[in-house]
Amino acid sequence: MQAHQRMLDPTPNGLHSGESPLLKTVGLTKRYGDFLANDSIDIDVWPKEIHALLGENGAGKSTLVKAIYGLIQPSAGEIRWQGEPIVLSGPSEARSRGIGMVFQHFSLFDNLTVAENVALGLDGKESFKDMSARLEQVSRTYGLPLDPGREVWQLSVGERQRIEIVRALMQNPRFLILDEPTAVLTPQEADQLFVVLERLKTEGRAILYISHKLEEVKRLCDTATILRGGKKIQTCNPRQETAASLARMMVGGEIREVKAAAGRQTTIPRLVVNDLSLAPDEAHGVRLEHISFELKGGEILGIAGVAGNGQDELFAALSGERPSKDPGTIVIEGIAAGHLSITKRRKLGAAFVPEERLGHGTAPRMKLSENALLTGHAASGMVNHGFIDTAATLKTVDKATETFDVRKAKRDPEAASLSGGNLQKFIVGREILRNPAVLVVSQPTWGVDAGAAAVIRQALLDLAAAGAAVLVTSQDLDELTEIADRIAVMFHGRLSAPLAASEATREKLGLLMGGSSLEPKEAAHAVGA
Amino acid sequence: MELVEAIILSVLAASTPLLIAATGELVTERSGVLNLGVEGMMIVGAACGFGGAWLTGSIFIGALFGIIAGVLMSLIFALMALGLAVNQVATGLALTILGVGLSGLIGAGFVGERLTPAAHLHIPGLTDIPLIGRVLFGEDAFVYFSIALIIGVWWFLYRTRAGLILRACGDNHVSAHALGYPVLRIRTLAVMFGGACAGLAGAYLPLAYTPFFIPGMTAGRGWIALALVVFASWRPGRLVVGAYLFGAVTILQLHAQGWGVGIPSQFMSALPYLATVIVLVLLSRARTGGSTAPAALGTVFVPDR
Repeated sequence: MQAHQRMLDPTPNGLHSGESPLLKTVGLTKRYGDFLANDSIDIDVWPKEIHALLGENGAGKSTLVKAIYGLIQPSAGEIRWQGEPIVLSGPSEARSRGIGMVFQHFSLFDNLTVAENVALGLDGKESFKDMSARLEQVSRTYGLPLDPGREVWQLSVGERQRIEIVRALMQNPRFLILDEPTAVLTPQEADQLFVVLERLKTEGRAILYISHKLEEVKRLCDTATILRGGKKIQTCNPRQETAASLARMMVGGEIREVKAAAGRQTTIPRLVVNDLSLAPDEAHGVRLEHISFELKGGEILGIAGVAGNGQDELFAALSGERPSKDPGTIVIEGIAAGHLSITKRRKLGAAFVPEERLGHGTAPRMKLSENALLTGHAASGMVNHGFIDTAATLKTVDKATETFDVRKAKRDPEAASLSGGNLQKFIVGREILRNPAVLVVSQPTWGVDAGAAAVIRQALLDLAAAGAAVLVTSQDLDELTEIADRIAVMFHGRLSAPLAASEATREKLGLLMGGSSLEPKEAAHAVGA
Repeated sequence: MELVEAIILSVLAASTPLLIAATGELVTERSGVLNLGVEGMMIVGAACGFGGAWLTGSIFIGALFGIIAGVLMSLIFALMALGLAVNQVATGLALTILGVGLSGLIGAGFVGERLTPAAHLHIPGLTDIPLIGRVLFGEDAFVYFSIALIIGVWWFLYRTRAGLILRACGDNHVSAHALGYPVLRIRTLAVMFGGACAGLAGAYLPLAYTPFFIPGMTAGRGWIALALVVFASWRPGRLVVGAYLFGAVTILQLHAQGWGVGIPSQFMSALPYLATVIVLVLLSRARTGGSTAPAALGTVFVPDR
């Protein structure tokens, strides 16, 4: 009962006289030059609490947890641990006080073994042998199996995260920070993680949980603090909120609803893949095996799957970064294109948006106009007798800026100076403005804030409505069910038969993503029963 | 027999500076820093080493001067490449150019002077064993030290926690920083160790190899040491093999000319580099995964604080 009241009134002076939160920040501020990454933030985290930290990219979540973990020094304000103000000289002091952290971008060393990685996260007071024995014991206790002798590059994403979690647990933390832990997991893997987190909670530990996924937060967390633009907006009980109300607090306004145009017509097949198999070109690549699908104009096909199951290889094969020997495996607009170069495929009317924005989608240190030229030179009239038509390239930038609301400091800045969401809007816009017949796009809204994501998804829907064939690869199942007509799943280089979006439940997709087969008959049977 | 023994002795002598300099560079590169200034640090070490020994009459103090000179040179590199995050390749090349000029200036007064070279071990009975006696028990202190050094480095890298942290910095400096390790401090220490080794390797030349100083006497040995680290795929064990192999090639080149073998000496001089290229090709073909080179090698790191 008391726990319930605390959520309603999280101020320490309210119902908790005599008690103090495990960790409290008071007016915590971090300034980078003129930019306030954290503006006077107060949060309280209590034992036996899973406390969500919600906010868009750039809201200041990572800055806040870095300060709590001692990675950066706050410019003002203080951190109180069990009521006592503390100044953390660095992560090792945070760890020795009982603060642990599991990083979003894994802080692992690919060429070191699991045991060495764990040792680096501890303070080295025990021998390597004792540490290894304890590693085995902790991983068994929490049901997180690990092989200490393997090097990290050999492991799957889920296994890598297990290392991070076990490493944090081995410090026996009383306060554990998790930064977007489920971003890379299948729904089933995420469920397993929640079991571990619930167990940690019952053991009396406190968890600070950063996530974008609102449904997940509603299910798992007792308290949620919402940050926006470096400021704390509110602390609330997420179970009493709706996903929409949480999203409103995060964005500070309504998110544009993504709507498909009614009565979208499918036309002729514009992209056909026939039994495409391709050996990997690097040591830990994935072999594509017998991939076939047909994509008509006016249709969006979604490809789901855990990262590293051949999505990158499929993108490279479709875009022509890795041409195949057999022309017939890929047919664009009725023309066998499997052997063609990227430029020739663009001339057939195809456009491509890769996953990595900086370095793959754009040349980071080149201007936007130059980046527009890089993909538009063959088919968009930006080159005149071998000379660049600068006015035309700038016009493309202006048009993409206007149509897709790209926010930037000047007319033609370097690609690297744009925020992730704005750069992604520019890249998607650059391709869409070419009026492609086929658009292949990989992770269109990865690491993009909710507002920009809505713009991009709407643009993809509009493009399909205008008659183009759109292929979207994404790890975000909500995104795929929102925009795709059909969804197929990649696992170990194979592509499942597409499911109609209306039939593609999280459970079915999750099974396929984990490699279970889903016989069409069985699935139909299960639905019938 | 006499000839075989003489060849082995001269191979050991020619290999020792390569081994010492490459050991230092191996540690530097394992921490993620590519210091191409080995040649420059060596030649300054040679000039200062000779100067120190000539002024004091002590080979030991000469070696110490060489080490200090190498460390000072490496600190210039650390200031630029680590402190100011300047491109490591450009800084390393500049350091070599600086070193060649500086050594000429420092050594100008010593050209033409002679020293008594470093004493060789002599254990009555053992040293007199035919063929292997002088090879095993009749070397100078530098040779024994170089072997102790590489064993010590192997032990440090693979058996100590500090070595694990150093390797971690070379693999992923962002992760190392996130875990709270002082990446730049660790790298500075590694660069200084590399400088000390290069300075000592340079000092070996006028103190033990040839008992006088001439400008440019390192004659590209710093570059061979750099190639050697790659040849050894950043592993201490392979580094020893590579050092003696490369040393043998340089000696064979002299003997081949003496015997009138019709191989151009330029080809023999190019052999270490050719061997390195071939090893790189073989390694990348045989690679099953992971990374042979330290993954963060040569990349600039600026911590956010």
